[in-house]
Amino acid sequence: MSDTTDTGPVLAADGTPLKRSLRRALRAQKLRALALIAPLLIFVLVTFIAPIADMLFRSVENQIVSNTLPNAVATLNDWDGTSDGLPGEDTFEALYYDMFLAAEAKRHTRVGSRLNYEESGISSMFRKSGRGVDDIGEDQIDALEDINDVWGDETFWFTMMSGPDGVAKANGILSAQRERLANLDQSSFAGEIGFAPSQQIADLLPRTVRAYTAFAVFTAIEDEDIVAEEEPWEAVKVALIEDLRSGIDLSGYDGPGAQELREAQQGLANQPAIDYKQGFIDITEDWANLDNWKTIKMYAPPFTTGYFLNAVDMQKTPEGFQPRPENEQIYGILFKRTLFMSLMITGSCILLAYPVAYLLANLPMRTSSLLMILVLLPFWTSLLVRTSAWKVMLQQQGVINDTLVWLGLVADEGRLVMINNQFGTIVAMTHILLPFMILPMYSVMSTIPPYYVRAARSLGATNWTSFWRVYFPQSVPGIGAGSILVFILAIGYYITPEIVGGTSGTFISNRIAYHISTSLNWGLAAALGSILLAAVLILYWAYDKIVGIDNVKLG
Amino acid sequence: MADTANSDAFVEFERVQKSYDGENLVVKDLNLSMPKGEFLTMLGPSGSGKTTCLMMLAGFETATHGEIKLDGRPINNIPPHKRGIGMVFQNYALFPHMTVAENLSFPLEVRKIGKSDREGKVKRALDMVQMGDFGGRRPAQLSGGQQQRIALARALVFEPELVLMDEPLGALDKQLREHMQFEITNLAHELGITVVYVTHDQTEALTMSDRVAVFDDGRIQQLAPPDQLYESPDNSFVAQFIGENNTLEGTIKEINDGICLVELDDGELIDAMPVNVSNVGDRTTISIRPERVEVDTAKLGDSAHTLKAEVKEFIYMGDVFRTRLSVAGKDDFIIKTRNSADQRRLKPGEQIKIGWLPRDCRALDTV
Repeated sequence: MSDTTDTGPVLAADGTPLKRSLRRALRAQKLRALALIAPLLIFVLVTFIAPIADMLFRSVENQIVSNTLPNAVATLNDWDGTSDGLPGEDTFEALYYDMFLAAEAKRHTRVGSRLNYEESGISSMFRKSGRGVDDIGEDQIDALEDINDVWGDETFWFTMMSGPDGVAKANGILSAQRERLANLDQSSFAGEIGFAPSQQIADLLPRTVRAYTAFAVFTAIEDEDIVAEEEPWEAVKVALIEDLRSGIDLSGYDGPGAQELREAQQGLANQPAIDYKQGFIDITEDWANLDNWKTIKMYAPPFTTGYFLNAVDMQKTPEGFQPRPENEQIYGILFKRTLFMSLMITGSCILLAYPVAYLLANLPMRTSSLLMILVLLPFWTSLLVRTSAWKVMLQQQGVINDTLVWLGLVADEGRLVMINNQFGTIVAMTHILLPFMILPMYSVMSTIPPYYVRAARSLGATNWTSFWRVYFPQSVPGIGAGSILVFILAIGYYITPEIVGGTSGTFISNRIAYHISTSLNWGLAAALGSILLAAVLILYWAYDKIVGIDNVKLG
Repeated sequence: MADTANSDAFVEFERVQKSYDGENLVVKDLNLSMPKGEFLTMLGPSGSGKTTCLMMLAGFETATHGEIKLDGRPINNIPPHKRGIGMVFQNYALFPHMTVAENLSFPLEVRKIGKSDREGKVKRALDMVQMGDFGGRRPAQLSGGQQQRIALARALVFEPELVLMDEPLGALDKQLREHMQFEITNLAHELGITVVYVTHDQTEALTMSDRVAVFDDGRIQQLAPPDQLYESPDNSFVAQFIGENNTLEGTIKEINDGICLVELDDGELIDAMPVNVSNVGDRTTISIRPERVEVDTAKLGDSAHTLKAEVKEFIYMGDVFRTRLSVAGKDDFIIKTRNSADQRRLKPGEQIKIGWLPRDCRALDTV
């Protein structure tokens, strides 16, 4: 009505903009409010938000391959995964060092299990390789030690690698190997090692120094042994053989072991090169299988869509995303079944709860209190007890079937199958979730005054019309609240379907639990959980759009 | 209009009783008949049975005994929705999930009235309560007074001959209430509808009604037009309940020619009109309205008895003076005098004489 010509900001008495002075006045109040809710906020963050974030992260996280096989993965970048040829010798050589270290740290089985989710058989391939990897280059190592015994002597190695006192150290290599092992083992490799490679030998024998440093870090931190007293791994010797065979010039070297190195270089000259590819294929033929290599390359990046694809019955192939073979598709069916059954449960809860809630809200106080106790009584009973009770009721030799047979409604040989299927799950879960429907409905209905229905009847509406046109619309918020509660609880329910669901009545949550505790495929479990979460959020959003979340009243 | 024979009674209660628990009667032997077009108010303190009577008429409660007739037909067994009675509830009871127009349209829809007809009637009803522009609003977006008008319009839109109102103005502020009282009575008379109006507000009852039924303890204590009710209450409950009233207790000394002499408890004598006392020696409560007390005893006849009084308090109220006196040992005797040019202002502590015309003082039963 009143037209304000002044369009500038409204000022407070002291000339500051009113908005700012209001904010200042409210700040103390807001801070106090925040301090009051801080305990809850922290609790929710720690116990709720953080696990969800972790779950979301795990569903795409895939660092295990690149952490365990960093060098092999790096060389695979050059390999064209679609061609028919196996990766080159350099890949197999890099794989040798990665595998050796992984086997020492006992991490090779983990990456094997991870890749086995995508391509079955990889797990055993890695397990066998972990056992057999020390055999690769056996002949050459024997030849090396035949040339001079010192190559089997730990003190000699330690002295040669450390260099003379006071010499420049290659600390970069040391910290690189620490980090490499930390990534591999997912634990800290900080601490005193009692060893640092000399810069001179590091420049001369890069492979050997890297391998020896890794050995030294692992020995000192993980095994808690003294580096100088442990004979180096075969991988270190193989590295030395490779270094010597690469045609390095030893003439300028005068550090410890110079004589022995020259001798070994000469001695090894007529030895055959180590054939890593053949070595791995000798351990298991699987390494010659192109599919395995394609899988490794595909799942090498630190993040993957693989878990999510798996969760929606798809797979990643070099040709792109493709549906899995028909007989391997289970999650789509499970998601659909979970959704369908949750809707059924919600629907039957609405049908059963509405009259009860109506009675609760409209009966005289004494009767309704008694009824309320009956509603709450199951609430105070253990979930397991209630579910097991349904087992007793519904099984083929159970109470209901016995009664039906006794009444002659069902033939003895034609007893109804009511458990270990969808029916059993729907019945048991409807019963268990019923209070979650009744209580919000009741709390809404008890706020609907009786005079609305009276008014409707005085205006000429029949009992049914006044219920349907006047009472029911006002009770919809209760139905909405109860439905959301029951549906969301149902969609993630686990125990009851596990007990009474059999195979056809289980939910996606049972599969998630299986992947968490039995198959240990947490990534897939996280992906399934994330999809479930997204589905609930989408349904919530849709509900908000269609019904409006303001129409939901919990009390 | 007040005295109507039963033959053309529109609403009739015949020996109606109501009990909720089988032990106590909430309504005891109610007899009432009202002609078409009358505006009747049921007035009484809470728990007096007036709302129960209304609910029985509307059909939400069934009479335990007796018969209720509407236009000559017994309606005891007719369900509420077939009685065709409009009703305005205390809390308006506008359906919150419907717009104003939908609320008004509801009674027409359930009567299966065609759409165009419905729209016309809804519009007319809204215009009637000056709410023509509010059809699209929800009840929650309206003020109390506006909701009240809509509730009224909804009760009238299907053109019932009888409209019941259950304390419809209880939730409004004083000014709005007075305005709505005026509008409701006007509307009722314009449309010629019969109205049964329940209230506990006596001013409302007096200003709006053709007749008022004063309820107490499940009975009608008096059924009379407002002026009669105020000026000639039948018993001391009605006298106390309607308007301001002074009471003094005493014993009947003489009764003759429609005037009785009462000896007050302190021995003073005063004249009164016997209403429901019959024998000399009976205890009585005499009742006198504050504005009928005469301070200037010279204006009364020579034979009139007067009482001594002491001024306790003088309250200036603008148009009137309100003076509290101590009379016959009671400190709460109130008199009201008009603020006219020659009116004397009494001072606390002053000793005066008061008296009244015998017809203004009624000797009633003792409470």
